Amino acid sequence: MTVPLIQFVNIKKNFETQEVLKGVHLSIYGGKITTIIGKSGTGKSVLLKHMIGLIKPDSGQILINGEPIHLLSHEKIKVFQKELSYMFQDNALFDSMTIYENIALPLSEKRYYPKNRIKDKVMYQMRELGLLGSEEKFPAQLSGGMKKRVALARALVTDPKIILFDEPTTGLDPIRKKNVHTMIKEYQEKFEFTAVIVSHDIPDIFNISQRIAMLDEGIIKFEGSKENVLNSHSTIVNAFIRGEEA
Amino acid sequence: MVTNFFEKTGEMTIRQVRSCGRLFLFFITGVINVFILPVQFGKIIEHTWFIGAKSFFVIALTGVFTGMVLGLQGYYSLAKFGSEAGLGAAVAITLVRELGPVLTAIMVTARAGSAMAAEIGVMRISEQIDALKTMHINPVRFLFTPRLIASIISFPLLTALFNVIGIIGGYISGSILLGINQYDYMDAVIKNIDIGDINGGFLKSFVFSVVVTTICCYRGYYTHLYSGFGARGVSMSTTNAVVQSCIFILIFDYIITFFLV
Amino acid sequence: MNKRKIEFYVGLFVVLGLICSSYLFVVLGEIGFIRDTRYPVYGFFTSVSGLKKGARVEMAGVEIGIVSNVMIDKERLLAKVELKIDKNMTLSEDVIASVKTSGIIGQKYVDIAPGGSDILLEPGQEIYNTESSLDIESLVRKFIFNNDKK
Repeated sequence: MTVPLIQFVNIKKNFETQEVLKGVHLSIYGGKITTIIGKSGTGKSVLLKHMIGLIKPDSGQILINGEPIHLLSHEKIKVFQKELSYMFQDNALFDSMTIYENIALPLSEKRYYPKNRIKDKVMYQMRELGLLGSEEKFPAQLSGGMKKRVALARALVTDPKIILFDEPTTGLDPIRKKNVHTMIKEYQEKFEFTAVIVSHDIPDIFNISQRIAMLDEGIIKFEGSKENVLNSHSTIVNAFIRGEEA
Repeated sequence: MVTNFFEKTGEMTIRQVRSCGRLFLFFITGVINVFILPVQFGKIIEHTWFIGAKSFFVIALTGVFTGMVLGLQGYYSLAKFGSEAGLGAAVAITLVRELGPVLTAIMVTARAGSAMAAEIGVMRISEQIDALKTMHINPVRFLFTPRLIASIISFPLLTALFNVIGIIGGYISGSILLGINQYDYMDAVIKNIDIGDINGGFLKSFVFSVVVTTICCYRGYYTHLYSGFGARGVSMSTTNAVVQSCIFILIFDYIITFFLV
Repeated sequence: MNKRKIEFYVGLFVVLGLICSSYLFVVLGEIGFIRDTRYPVYGFFTSVSGLKKGARVEMAGVEIGIVSNVMIDKERLLAKVELKIDKNMTLSEDVIASVKTSGIIGQKYVDIAPGGSDILLEPGQEIYNTESSLDIESLVRKFIFNNDKK
């Protein structure tokens, strides 16, 4: 069995008095798409933010390639984080910047990137996502679906090895939804990145993911391959997939 | 009951000490990043435009009326002692040493400081600051440092503008409307201001620029800690930023004056 | 607002601000070239009560310089006044400097009465003939006591 790329061991996190994560065990394997499902407000985004280091756990361990993160050197963590990219649920676009500047931001703030290479990369992403023509517009002038695609372009522009998607398709129409899913799958096959997706699009999301994890009441109730999920006998998982209260 | 009281006191003390520490770290991070290359020229120019160039007319308007009212008040006070010729001195000294730096700082706080707190606050609650972190961009360097530099450029220039326009305002009410000899007026201005007064005024506006920008950006940046998420949080941190900036302008004004005189 | 326009307004703002600053520094603060157009001479007075730095120096009612410093001479226990006289104005050695008042409670200034000597005062030299400021209080006292004696 291969060593997981990111492994959560007994992660706990409280906000004030509210327990959000009550001991999460989860493994993310390299080169695969892992989807985290679960009811709204169960801490899926919080879990995702632990992976990129925006939130630090109260207790428990995070292992990177089998090594505990607090034992890794500062440089190693930096190298690992450079390969990460995060797509926010509410896009988190910079409303004082144009679309072009938004997508180029992760590159233009780095000194070693020549201007014309940034332009090539940004234009490539914009073409792929059908955003050409809105370079000079501001995020407030775009529709919700367009903003999602801008956020996606910004996440992809650095050629990351690991991408964390926080509900990438919420607010999109079924066609765009399918497009985003296909695109994630195509990109993943092309660049072989690791993806972690938080999503409510059941069962569509199952078509593109290899692994599924279900978060409920602060713990992972189920974790396994897609086939396992569909054949699972767990009542909670089955009920959730059918959209019923367990 | 008693333990409860101690608990509350302790909790409050710890919170205050923590927030002082946070403010200090925020400030130091911003200052250090001024000296880290590359210089963020584009952003500095953009903020100088917003803080400085766009405040131009407000400052000019405030300046001319402040000068005019000083001329008017000063004229009637000095006329009691028959020394109207000293009006220029009264107007110029008040402006250069005190009102110029203070009123400029307060006007710019109202115009640009509130905008800084609100803009950064909105960026905080819409996760834009988190997004910067995930892109390995230091948000303090990205948001605070260029505003700090732009303020340090803008405040002294606006103060100089305020002083000159204020002196002209005093000339309008004193000389044109009330009929003091215009040479007497300008003579009194030139004779009674020396280099120490002007240096002191510029020192004040420099200190105010740092104080105002730090407080406003800090309040916006930590909106989620002090005022909670949501539009309510942003409005509260904006109000706090403006009120605290004004209070600290006056406190620092007293401290600097105390050490200068 | 496009970038060019922003840069234009920032440039305009900075230039105007710098003009105002330099006006304050050079004209009001009197640094730089203005100081170089004057030369210093000194005068010793028994009393300069009320005379301040920056006061006018006049000859025949016309301003020819300023008082640049007022201090006490510790050896002679007299007031030492530094006068900055305009370069194009030459003073002869035997001029008389006196501290005077414009109006009855107005500002003090230094009046210089012309002399007749051919020897000119060099920069940094002392004016020997001085008259101290008229102290109105002591004058009034003298006047009252004189009346009493009669």
